[in-house]
Amino acid sequence: MRRFLLFIPLLLAVALGVVLFAGIGKDTSALESALIDDPVPAFELASLEDPHKIYRADVFQDKVVLLNVWGTWCPSCRVEHSELVRLATEEGVPIYGLNYKDNRDAALEWLNNLGNPYELSLFDPQGTLGFDLGVYGAPETYIIDGEGIVRYRHVGVVDRKVWTEELEPRIRQYREES
Amino acid sequence: MVPEFGHFALILAMLLAALLAVVPLTGSLTGRSSLQAFARPLASGQFVFVAIAFAALTQAFVTDDFSVAYVANNSNSMLPWYYKFSAVWGGHEGSLLLWILILTGWTLAVGIFSRRLPTDLVAQVLSVMGIVSLAFLLFILLTSNPFERLLPNVPADGADLNPLLQDFGLVVHPPMLYMGYVGFSVAFAFAIAALINGRMDAAWARWTRPWTTVAWCFLSLGIALGSWWAYYELGWGGWWFWDPVENASLMPWLAGTALMHSLAVTEKRGVFKSWTLLLAIITFALSLLGAFLVRSGVLTSVHAFASDPTRGTFLIGLLAVTVIGSLALYAFRAPVVHTRVRYGSLSREIFLLLNNVLLLAALLLVLVGTLYPLVLDYMGAGTMSVGEPFFNLTFSPVAIAVALLLGAGIFSRWKRTDGGWLGRQLLWPAAISLVLAVLVPLWLGELKPWAFAGCFGAAWVTVATFQDIWSRSSSRQGRWYGLKRLTRSYYGMVLGHLGMAITIAGATVVSNYGVERDVRMEPGEVAQMGDLSFAFTSLRHREGPNYAAEQGVFEISRDGELITTLYPEKRMYRVQRNVMTEAGIDAGLFRDLFVALGEPVGGDAWAVRIQFKPLVRWVWLGSLFMAAGGVLAIADRRYRIKVKGGAAEKSAAGVQEPGAVAGKAT
Repeated sequence: MRRFLLFIPLLLAVALGVVLFAGIGKDTSALESALIDDPVPAFELASLEDPHKIYRADVFQDKVVLLNVWGTWCPSCRVEHSELVRLATEEGVPIYGLNYKDNRDAALEWLNNLGNPYELSLFDPQGTLGFDLGVYGAPETYIIDGEGIVRYRHVGVVDRKVWTEELEPRIRQYREES
Repeated sequence: MVPEFGHFALILAMLLAALLAVVPLTGSLTGRSSLQAFARPLASGQFVFVAIAFAALTQAFVTDDFSVAYVANNSNSMLPWYYKFSAVWGGHEGSLLLWILILTGWTLAVGIFSRRLPTDLVAQVLSVMGIVSLAFLLFILLTSNPFERLLPNVPADGADLNPLLQDFGLVVHPPMLYMGYVGFSVAFAFAIAALINGRMDAAWARWTRPWTTVAWCFLSLGIALGSWWAYYELGWGGWWFWDPVENASLMPWLAGTALMHSLAVTEKRGVFKSWTLLLAIITFALSLLGAFLVRSGVLTSVHAFASDPTRGTFLIGLLAVTVIGSLALYAFRAPVVHTRVRYGSLSREIFLLLNNVLLLAALLLVLVGTLYPLVLDYMGAGTMSVGEPFFNLTFSPVAIAVALLLGAGIFSRWKRTDGGWLGRQLLWPAAISLVLAVLVPLWLGELKPWAFAGCFGAAWVTVATFQDIWSRSSSRQGRWYGLKRLTRSYYGMVLGHLGMAITIAGATVVSNYGVERDVRMEPGEVAQMGDLSFAFTSLRHREGPNYAAEQGVFEISRDGELITTLYPEKRMYRVQRNVMTEAGIDAGLFRDLFVALGEPVGGDAWAVRIQFKPLVRWVWLGSLFMAAGGVLAIADRRYRIKVKGGAAEKSAAGVQEPGAVAGKAT
């Protein structure tokens, strides 16, 4: 029995190794979302600003938008926030925010202080929509086309480079398609 | 030509590492001392050639040789000369070369300082380190060659060093961290050697301990430097983010801390042998796991290296061979070192065992939190990370528990401690800590549960430590004589424990009583925070060597009296077009005043973050104490006493009763 115990570290290491090995090569910044080319899952979430105002999946209609998942607990979200503000004000990109597993007051204070780039803000304190979208960790940014179809997913901070190289060309493309 | 010389030197180093991995080990297994004698020359040789390669890469950076791809990607002719040096380890390939340089350096050091060790043990230890060097040299040569040329299309100028890394903190942070990570390979090599030859005793522990302590000191400083850098450079004033890359350095630190304590028991009492060996393996395995997590791209992090699946696959192979190989060796051979020494249920042994259990629990929490997304993904359950809330919620109670146990453990004695006596010793620490844990939070603001717990833990450790010094230093020849009689390793332990108390106090106070406000301000406006007023007097433009900056001028005063003027900046680096935040900080032992410029928010107005951070410096001050404690501990006389040949042989053969060493060494 004692001899057997000595093998436990080995078994654990092998199990961990299998998981790590499976993780290799998956591009974590463009994680294959199960939802790519599927519609945004059905949801019913309150507005961040107004708890009585309820949004459903039909808000994703008529135009190509960015859906940005963020939280005040997420340091990287702070890094990308200025770029989002710039995109909204200078480039006129419609951005929807999904405030993920956060506190309403903290989130509102954040937007008050740092600027609000979002056309509309969904409040997802339980992370339900985030779970359905397969959110890996904030920040994440999705491109959703005019039919409400998830087209692209970027994991990590949106900066100037991500915008010009990954997001802008695709947004232009989906705009032309629709 | 120089880069080719560097590449060639690296290949030669790899060949020497291959010889080092095989020849001395074969010699020790077959008993041929002529082969064992190759260990030291081969160890020196591989270091020399890696050093030549490193010098060649440095030369390419200093001379702006942009025909070398790695230089072109990580440097620029406009970069200040000192950052051209540090840019050598600014990216994956060069930092890996630094890692290998340090690894071969440690190997060389073991070769030099092991004159008193039995030849076959030295041969085994150096061979094991050679195996590790070989693996990393193959890794760099096959997947991450820093000398690769960009011919014939040589760029006119380089892509510049990531502006985040253009900072003193990042110049010294990686070498410190790697000294720690790689230093644990020595303990690992000693453990593998012990498993191979089945000899493990107090002498073994005495040889392994200083090496482990030095590595641990470097890792402590490296982690603190990283945290300090994040605080002033990332611009939002936090000092720990539970980012996967940070966790990758915290995990070996926790395991290494457990290892240091377990080694103490093994040296003094000859017990926990098999456990110590396992910890030595785990600690180094976690260093390798850290390298894998940072360099394979399996986890997203703000500051992971650019990823490449080939590298990930190679590293997991390396991890598999090293970890599975050594754990299998452990599983089969650990019973060989089994011993039976008795100790009571209330003894220093038990306290140190509990300390190990708690440290491992903390380690497990970090491991689970870090790998959670990967595991979920593997099980097909989607991916999500647990984030900061999970760590803060789970890690703090364990840290407090470690502190409480430590305060009591200080008074415990080897073999058996009288419960009633221990209880009486703890009366004063308990009473004083209780008072402080109520008064300090009340003085800073309101009494909060976590602030109470943290202050209690910090005070508990501190008071118990000083009380222990007091009782141990009593002597008939007077207090001063008594203090002088205590050993350096005892004072090292004292500093280490006080360091931990200081860090806990700092972390508790700053996270509970730090005040931060994000305000919209125009030049000329004043923001109030408590009795402090932050006046945004003007905004000016400033040109740096490779960036342009908007610089705010903030005058901070209390009751109309100017305390300090801060100059936070928003920098635009020209080459990479990155915007960086340079916070303005007025640092103090008891509080920092912190101003950072956010974004322009229309007109002349800026989003400004102002912060009051009490005791934030203590977070890093504590790690300085811990590292100083480590240095003091290895300066202890018993590591310098020449072990007589006969005695060393005898104890190495395991003849000596382990308990016999304990009384003498305490």
